[in-house]
Formats: sequence, structure tokens, C-alpha cells
Amino acid sequence: MADTVGTEALHAWIREFARLIAEHKDLLTELDSAIGDADHGVNLHRGMSAVVEVLAKETPGRPGELLKRTGMTLVSTVGGASGPLYGTAFLRMSAIAGDAETLDGADLARVLRAALDGVVARGKAQAGDKTMYDALAPAVESLEESIAAGQPLGEALDGALRAAEQGRAATIAMVARKGRASYLGERSAGHQDPGATSVTLLVAAAAAALA
Amino acid sequence: MSAMKKLINDPANVVADALRGVALAHPELRVDHEQKVVYRGDAPVRGKVGLISGGGSGHEPLHAGFVGPGMLDAACAGEVFTSPVPDQMVAATKGVDGGSGVLHIVKNYTGDIMNFEMAAEIVAADTGTEVIAVITNDDVAVEDSLYTAGRRGVGVTVLVEKIAGAAADEGRPLADVAAVARKVNENGRSMGLALTSCTVPAAGKPTFDLPADQMEVGIGIHGEPGRRRVPVASAAEAAEMLVTPILGDLTYKNVIAFVNGMGGTPLIELYVLFAEVAAILEKSGVSIARSLVGPYITSLDMAGASVTLVEADDEILRLWDAPVRTPGLRWGI
Repeated sequence: MADTVGTEALHAWIREFARLIAEHKDLLTELDSAIGDADHGVNLHRGMSAVVEVLAKETPGRPGELLKRTGMTLVSTVGGASGPLYGTAFLRMSAIAGDAETLDGADLARVLRAALDGVVARGKAQAGDKTMYDALAPAVESLEESIAAGQPLGEALDGALRAAEQGRAATIAMVARKGRASYLGERSAGHQDPGATSVTLLVAAAAAALA
Repeated sequence: MSAMKKLINDPANVVADALRGVALAHPELRVDHEQKVVYRGDAPVRGKVGLISGGGSGHEPLHAGFVGPGMLDAACAGEVFTSPVPDQMVAATKGVDGGSGVLHIVKNYTGDIMNFEMAAEIVAADTGTEVIAVITNDDVAVEDSLYTAGRRGVGVTVLVEKIAGAAADEGRPLADVAAVARKVNENGRSMGLALTSCTVPAAGKPTFDLPADQMEVGIGIHGEPGRRRVPVASAAEAAEMLVTPILGDLTYKNVIAFVNGMGGTPLIELYVLFAEVAAILEKSGVSIARSLVGPYITSLDMAGASVTLVEADDEILRLWDAPVRTPGLRWGI
């Protein structure tokens, strides 16, 4: 595929993310029962199913509108902490995409940086807090570097996925400092973070659908 | 065969079914079944600051049971133990806005904070209604608030809703009502214990295993783990375990003492516990100005109790004594 993506490709990205969430629903819930409240898989699955339905009924014409509709639907259907976090991420992406009809690699890097900034603004998480930040931040940094170095989008997204996977794996050893897992203190170490796991699926879906 | 014995129809519809019951039992309230918001029947009250709260269901009577004159104007019901979504708080905020602004009372849980925050942003962009959020965080069981999401909001929330509700009824402006709510929260500390776990209807089995001869000290209100597990103790010993950390955290002289049941503990035991709490307070030179005993912020069918102490000045006592008419608290009217 070319190095620019339009609404159709982004729509495929969202659908692929929904498919991956459905496929990993039980894993996400299992990870969340160890250190949270056992609803991450169920809640995200409910939200992404709603998103797929909304976008199928009336597909928006531009990337920004598609991302906005996705974010609004997640905010209205997911609840808990992941609703506002994913919802804010998509709404911030939409703001950066604006009225553009297509996005190139540099645009995409800025869009995903905005998603990360949104997650930080909403959740106040820092590196090492054992949250989705720990997988999303390395992915965004990797994408920015690869695009700046002139890599084709496909390769750059593959690199971002590897960075997300490494970040996800690093959450296993971390002690949680945010969310309900933080009440476990040291007992939260030894478990992979459910949010870092689901956001890695978001990057995996991008690598599969946008390249 | 399920081990779950509950008076429900379908685990997926517990919240909706309960709200139908609320609407039929309390015709003075208005229930929006689609948004799952409970309003006082005459909302919005012109010129009065609107008070809304909300959170996961399963803590009844909190919050819908505290909707009515002298307390909340509306309550948003989430799924069991899951925060409501911003759409609900947006609807409730608009529905109670009598032109003097709206106070959001939010228990300190990550999901509740974020969803209320988003609702406030949407309202600000949409109608420009002035919204102030007050966060309750009174649970002394969370010791290391630097490295956690902070102390949880538990028992003091009931007292904040009552006292701030009375301040709003006096016609005071939003900033004042918020200041009163913050003062009650800052003067309040709580600690709870569980004798059994609770069973979330959708899960169908107890949230955690608690052996018959053990109790969990320092629990929150969702069956999350506590500070430590100890052999089941007498009410006198249990009172020590709950009151000592509270008195260690804040200086108390004259208090509203609130002994709360977690849902599965009978009132007779709560009174046994209250007697022991009162004895400790007397020994510590703390006098009890007012008291509240009963299940007001529960954790489904969990057996257990919590103690909340709020240091009370004249203003807090006057507002506590003011009339209130809700399904859960009712006096002076």
C-alpha cells in the first residue's frame, strides 16, 4: 500500500482492533482478574463491538470524523477507566487529523503522539507505573524515529509493534502505581498489565491494516 | 448448578430491574431508565445549586437512595461496581441545573474520576454550566497514597452528600457548597473490615476466598483486598482494629460517628460494634456529637462493617441536623 492512508484504511484498522479484542477478550479479563477488577476484556469488547456497528451504519467521510466517532462511542459504552482513556486517545487523534482526507507517515506519527498525550492527560500516568503508557510510549517513539529516518510506513509500523511488545513485556516486573492494581502494592509485580496488553493490540492492528 | 442464591431475574438486568423497583416504590423520584439516572421529582430546583453523585451499583442505598430534598438532586447508576459513563453525568448535570451551578460528588476511584472529569468537560463545552467536583478519599486502609491511586472514597461520602445537600438547601452559592463538602471530607476518615466476600451477580461466585475463621481488615467497597487477614475477632477487638488507625491519622475531639454495615451484617451486630467504638472514643477523650448506624454504603452481600469519624464543628452539626427526605435518610420533615 502507498505511504498515505485514507478513511478506508483507518476503518480497516478499527475493525482489525475490534477483531483482536474479541479474540483476546478472555486473556484480557484473566490478566485483569489477577491485579484489577476482571472487566477489561468484557468492557473493551462491548465498546469495540459498538464502534464497529456505528461505523458500519454510516461510514464517516474523513479520517478525523472516523476517529471522533470511534472515541465518542468508546466513551459512551465502555465505562470504568478504559472508556475515558481509549476515548480520549481517539478524540485527540481526531483533533490532529482535522479535515485532512489522507494521512502520511509523519501525520500518523503526530496522530499517535496525540493519542499518547491524551492518555497521559487523562490518566496522569508516567513511565513505569505499569499502565498502557508503558507499551504505547515506546511504540510512538519508535514510529517517530523510523518516519524521521525515512523508513516506509509498513516497516515503521512493524518497528512500533516490536517496541510495544517489549514495553508490554516490561510491565510484568513493574509494581503498579495507578488504578486499582496500585492497591496491591508489591503483589502487583509478576503480572502483565492488561492495559499495556490491549494497547499493543491497537498497534498490532495498525501494523496489519495500515501497511 | 450455581452456588449463587440471589433474588434476581437475570444477572445482566439487575441494575435496570432495581431501578424499576426504585421508581415504583418512590413515586416522588423520577427515574430515567434509559440513562439510568434517578432525579428528585421536582428537579431542577430554580436558584439552588444542584448536587449529583454516582458510581458503580451494588452500594445501595448509596447513591440513588440519597436523592431527595436536603441531599442529592440526582444519582447516576453504573453497572455493578463499574463507574457510570459520562453521558449519564452529562444528562444528570443538565437535569439538575437550576441556574446556580452543579456540584459533582465523586468517590476516589480511577474510573469514577475519569468519567466525571470527561462529563464536566462535555458540559463546559456544551452548556457552560458551572461544575465543581469534590473528591471523597477517606479510607485510611490505603497507607501509601504516594504510590497508589490514593485513598479510596468510602463512608464519608454519605456524610458529604447529606451535609453539602443541606448547604445547597440554604441557598448558598456553588463555591460555598463545594467548600463545605471538602471540609467534611477532610475532617473524615474511615476503615472497614469484611467477614465474607461479596458475590457480583454477573460473576456468580464470591470475589475472593475468605476462610470461615478469617476476616479481612482494611477492605474497600468492591471486595478489593485489604491490609491484612486476621482470625475472626470479637466486636471489641474489631472496633480497636478499625478505630485505632483512624485516630492515628487525624486529631478528633467532637465527632459524627458512623458505623456502617457492608450489606450482609445485621443491625444488632452493628449496634454491638457501635457500643465498642463509643467505649474506645470515650477512653480517647473524643465525644460523640451525632451518630449514624446502619447499612448506608454497602458492598452487595458482603458481611462486615466500617467506621467513619468526622470531626464536627457547629456548621457541620447544624447542616447535619437540617431536614432531609430521601429513601435512605429521612428526618426533620
